[in-house]
This record gives sequence, C-alpha cells and structure tokens, in this order.
Amino acid sequence: MADLLDRKLIFVTGKGGVGKTTIAASIAWLAAERGKRTLVCDVDDRGDLADLYEVGPLGFAEREVAPRLWAMSMDAEASLKQYLSLQLKLPLITRIGPIARMFDFVASAAPGVKEIVTVGKFCWEVKENHYDLVVVDAPSSGHVVGQLAAPQGINELVKVGMVRNQTDWMLDILGDPDKTGVVIVATPAEMPVSETEDLMARLESETNVSLSAVVVNRVLPELFGRGEEEVFARLEDPGARAAIETELGGNLGPLVEAARLMVTMRRSRTTHLERLRSAVNPDVVMLYMPYLFSRGSGLRTTRQVSEALAAELGY
Amino acid sequence: MAKGGRTERSAGSLGGLVASREIVIACGSGGVGKTTTAAALAATAALHHQTKVLVLTVDPARRLADALGLEGLGNEARRVDPAAFAAGGTKPRGDMWAAMLDTKQSWDDLVRRHAPDKSTAERILTNPLYENISGRFVQSHDYIAMERLYELHTSGVYDLIVVDTPPSRNALDFIAAPSRMAEFFSSKLLRLLIAPYKSRLVNVASRPFYQVADRVLGSQFLGDIAEFFILFQTMYPGFVERARAVERLLADRRTTFVVVSTLEPAPAAEAEFFIEVLTSRGYDLGALVLNKVLPDYLLDDEAAATAARLEVQAGAIASTAGLAASVGADPHQLERVLCEIASNFSNFSMVASREAGLRRDLERRGSIVASAPELEGDINDVAGLLALGALTWK
Repeated sequence: MADLLDRKLIFVTGKGGVGKTTIAASIAWLAAERGKRTLVCDVDDRGDLADLYEVGPLGFAEREVAPRLWAMSMDAEASLKQYLSLQLKLPLITRIGPIARMFDFVASAAPGVKEIVTVGKFCWEVKENHYDLVVVDAPSSGHVVGQLAAPQGINELVKVGMVRNQTDWMLDILGDPDKTGVVIVATPAEMPVSETEDLMARLESETNVSLSAVVVNRVLPELFGRGEEEVFARLEDPGARAAIETELGGNLGPLVEAARLMVTMRRSRTTHLERLRSAVNPDVVMLYMPYLFSRGSGLRTTRQVSEALAAELGY
Repeated sequence: MAKGGRTERSAGSLGGLVASREIVIACGSGGVGKTTTAAALAATAALHHQTKVLVLTVDPARRLADALGLEGLGNEARRVDPAAFAAGGTKPRGDMWAAMLDTKQSWDDLVRRHAPDKSTAERILTNPLYENISGRFVQSHDYIAMERLYELHTSGVYDLIVVDTPPSRNALDFIAAPSRMAEFFSSKLLRLLIAPYKSRLVNVASRPFYQVADRVLGSQFLGDIAEFFILFQTMYPGFVERARAVERLLADRRTTFVVVSTLEPAPAAEAEFFIEVLTSRGYDLGALVLNKVLPDYLLDDEAAATAARLEVQAGAIASTAGLAASVGADPHQLERVLCEIASNFSNFSMVASREAGLRRDLERRGSIVASAPELEGDINDVAGLLALGALTWK
C-alpha cells in the first residue's frame, strides 16, 4: 500500500474536538514541504484552517498560502456553478444565480446532492491532476460517511442524467486505496475511540473508501522509566524529600502533585489507547502525536505538529 | 418544578438555576463533556429535589448509557433504577428518568402526527427518499432534538428536562433549526419545485431550472423528489405551527441554556461565540460549566520558580553526598526523576496559565460559572454523576 503522502486524496475526519483540522493542516503542510503540490480544503467553513496558516479568510478560489500549498474553503453553491460550467458545459453564466439558488434549495432537500457537489470537486482536482495531493478537512465522524457515500447513493437513486454519469469516475477514484484514503483522528479518550470504532465499521459497510491511517492525537508523555517510578513513589512521602527540599530551598509538594496528576491522566488514557489499538486493522498505519504543552496557535502549531508527523512517518 | 411547588429564588448557583427552570439545555462543542454534564445535572436535581427529572441525551458513551438503563432503548423514556442511586450510597428525593434521541423514530412519529390521514403517512414513510431525507435535510437532527424536547415538555410528565444537544457543525444549528424548518415549508422555492408536478402546466418562470435540473439529475429523480414533497407538504400547517411553538419554547423564561466547555482554545472560542449569540438573541444564558479544569496549585508562582530552579540544579542536588541513597536511588536515577517532575510542572503550569486566561475571558461574560477538574477515569455510574454534580452544584 502506498505511503500516506503518496496518495492523491486524503479525507481527515474524527470526533469533534480531537484536533482534526490541525492534523489536516499539518499533513498538507508536510506534503508541500516535501515537494508536493498540495491543495487543502476546509469543508466546515469555520475559519480554523485559515487560522492555522495565519492567512485571512479562505474562499472557494484556491489560494497559495505557502510554497506549493494552496488552501480553499468549500462552498457547495460555488462548487455547483463550477461543476455546471466545467463539466456540463452549460452556457448559463448569466442565469446561473437563480438557478444555483434553486439548486441550493434542492440540494438541502434531496439526498446527496450537496455532498456530491463537494466530493465531486475533490475528485475532479484529482482526475485533472491539478495537484499531487488533495487534503480535505472533512466533516466530523457523524457526517463524513454521508459525504463519502454520496456518489454511491446517487448512483443507486438517480438512474439517468449527467450526475449519474459523473458518479462512475468519482467512484473509481474514491475506491482506489492507493489514490484515496481516510485518516481518522482520535484522542485516547472513551468517546473518540468509540466513534473511531463505529466510523471504521461504517466506512467499510457504507462506502468504498478505505482507511489509510489512524492518528492518535494528544498522547501524554510517560514521565518515568523503569525503576524511576519507585523513586518517585518514595518522593511522595514528605519526610523522604525533606533533604532535597533543604538543598533546593523550595517546596517539592506541588511538583510531586503535578507529576502524580500526569501519571494518573496518562494511566486513564492508556486503556482507551489499548482499545483503539486492538480495534484497528494491523494493516492500517497508526501515528502517535504528542500532547503539545506549548501549543500556541496558528502557524507555530501547524509547524510543530507537522514536524511530529514527519518523525512518525519516518522522514 | 412547575407542579412541585416551584419557588423563585435568585439563581446564584448552578443548583439554584436548575431548581428554578423547567428546561435546561446543555450546549457547547464536541468533546467537552456535554453529555456527562447534562446527566450529572439531572441526577443531582433528582437527588436534591422532590421532582421528576428527565435527561434527554443524544449519544451517551456505552457504559454511561448502561448505567442509566438506556442500552437498546429507542425514544422511550425509562426511569433510572433507584438502585443505581443506592449503589452510590444515596437516596434521591425525586425520580430520574432518561431517554435517548432516536432521530429516525422521532421523524416517523412526526410524520404520523402531522399527515392528514393514515394512507398519506404510510406513503411518506415508504417513499424511497424519505429515509435519506429524514436523516439529512435541513439539520434534521437538530430540529428533531428540539421537537422531542417540545413534545416531552408539553406532555407535562416531567418537572425538569435536561437536554444534551447533538454535536453540530455549528453550535447554533439547533437554535435556528425550528425557524429554518418553518421557512423551508413556507418557501416559494418549494412551491416552484413541485408546481409542475401538481399541474401539467410547467411554470414558465421555472423552465430554465427544469432544463438544467433535467440534464443534471434526470427527470425521474426530480419527479421522485417532487412527489415526495407534494406528500410532505400536506403536513405543512401542522408542521409550521409546531416549529414556531418549539421556537417560542426555547425563548421562554422557563428555559435556560448552560454552555459547557473546557479551557482548550477551540472549545473556549466556540463557547464564547455561543454565549454571544445566546445573549444577542435574547435567550437565557444560565451558566457556564467548565470541565477538565487543571488544579489551581499549577498557577502558583513560587512553585513555578522552584520548578525552574530544580530543572537547572537537579544534577547537583542528586549528587549531594548521601542524598540519593536516602530515597533509595542512585544519583543518576534521582536526577532523572527530579528533572522530569520539574519539567512536567513547568509544562503543566504553562497550560494552566493559558487556561486561566481563557477562563477570565469567559467569566467576563457574566452568568454563573461552575468548574470541575479532570476526573480520574470516565464516569460510568450514577455515583460518578453525583460526584461530578456535587462539584458544580453549589
């Protein structure tokens, strides 16, 4: 199976709040740094992606935000206009406004229309080879299946028409595991892991897109190695640490307390991590991203995460 | 507490707030502990007050669902076994009930209620598009949550309903959902779309639309959609009226919103945005609940200075004669341990001061602020919910 960055189209998803936008932004950043012409697209339009690159609001038009890195924000209506004019060659430039509004309406009602216009845009970029890699900051796990399953759904519901013809090549791109893959981001906590399990099952049964990696985000550090835990345990006794405190001229109490907090937090996450590990198919790459204490915001975070990602991918 | 002799009191604490309302809506971004917070508020209310409390939850973790007796249940509310309280050594003064939101079931009920007759209802329910549509359109999930809330509230069975809102792409979706649903059904576009299928005369104004639509989707698919909406429109009057009533209920003073967040940058930003919108639209922002808050000692300047000093001096201290042996370690081992606890403290205190900044920003927004620390392990039983509730209640 191809290396993660050698794919053409990556959908990054996960439960809300696990950091999927940061991971998507960093995957794209890393790919661009490694020489790939990369497009990254924000589907939820919350502006988080723009913040991670410290660029102004993103629009539907792709914009180069760093060397070889283009960013955009999905707009189903704009995508539809582009779709109509590019793919259906409809001479409707003047009247496209009201028609697009109508479509927007149909799309909010008819199943899969909005989704297919969205996924269609990404598949189109891949088909036309405009970029080496397209990274999608996809909707969260609850919604992503609807998007990825749309071409298949439309294929079954719509028997004739242009949309039907369009879905065939989309399905080819989406169904090729060397070209297209889903990256699920999870944190070692109960609900993100449960959602990951559910999503893996739904991807398998409802879509033809394969899972290419699971990113475990915000993994807490292990403070103590072999033998050190016992030393730490002894420091928890105020009497035992008195000599050190005299030498240091300060109270170790809060420091010991904080270390114990970290040990407990890490321990409670370990069970979830184990559960995740045993649920993921061994063929799927698992990438562990450390918790960033110094997490600022913006580009600094993107760079830090992309460095950690590079290390995990063995670059 | 409408029936239980509700007393008006100033809502100075979360407990006071909850006691003075009939509906508490927990909202906030994903992963902040919204479900747990809602369940904890409901359990704590049942513990302290002689009322019938319902928690309407959307997607509880499996073990929590188990603990509430929700496993395998659809929309039907179930009483949480008093034994679950007894297991935690408590005896509730009231009753706690729990229900899960089953979107599909709720839609079906809605159709049955509003369709003009049985056969229309059946035709809608069996339309191939219905399943897709009931799952997807116009934030149906958000709408249905509010619709269920309305239904449960007007049933008059419960004194207090605590609602856990569905994870939305946008935290506002569920507030806007009822009015969007009403607009959708009164929309000119919907009439335009189905007009040609109602009469054989194609409306001239809509002709270009149909030409395009035909090429893109095929007329058969379009016909299916139109037929579906013609059926669906029969429910229009009831539906719109209902959506408006749901909207009024959200704005009613018996309803309050509790914004749940952690002090991480993204959820906090969302909470702030949410607070702003609630306030500007005149909804009642009752309280802010902050979860997984780091302990205060991490903000202590003296401890931070000690940690900084220890990071530098760990080696020297560890090699002081006899010191390592006194804690049963070799000097190298002791140095490593001291370094780790020092840098761990510095790391944590960096996060804690960032949290404190975010907290100040949020507190400026007024309202009751309650916070709970990061808990050891997940909450899987009523005792755990009550422990969390106790931390935030006063």
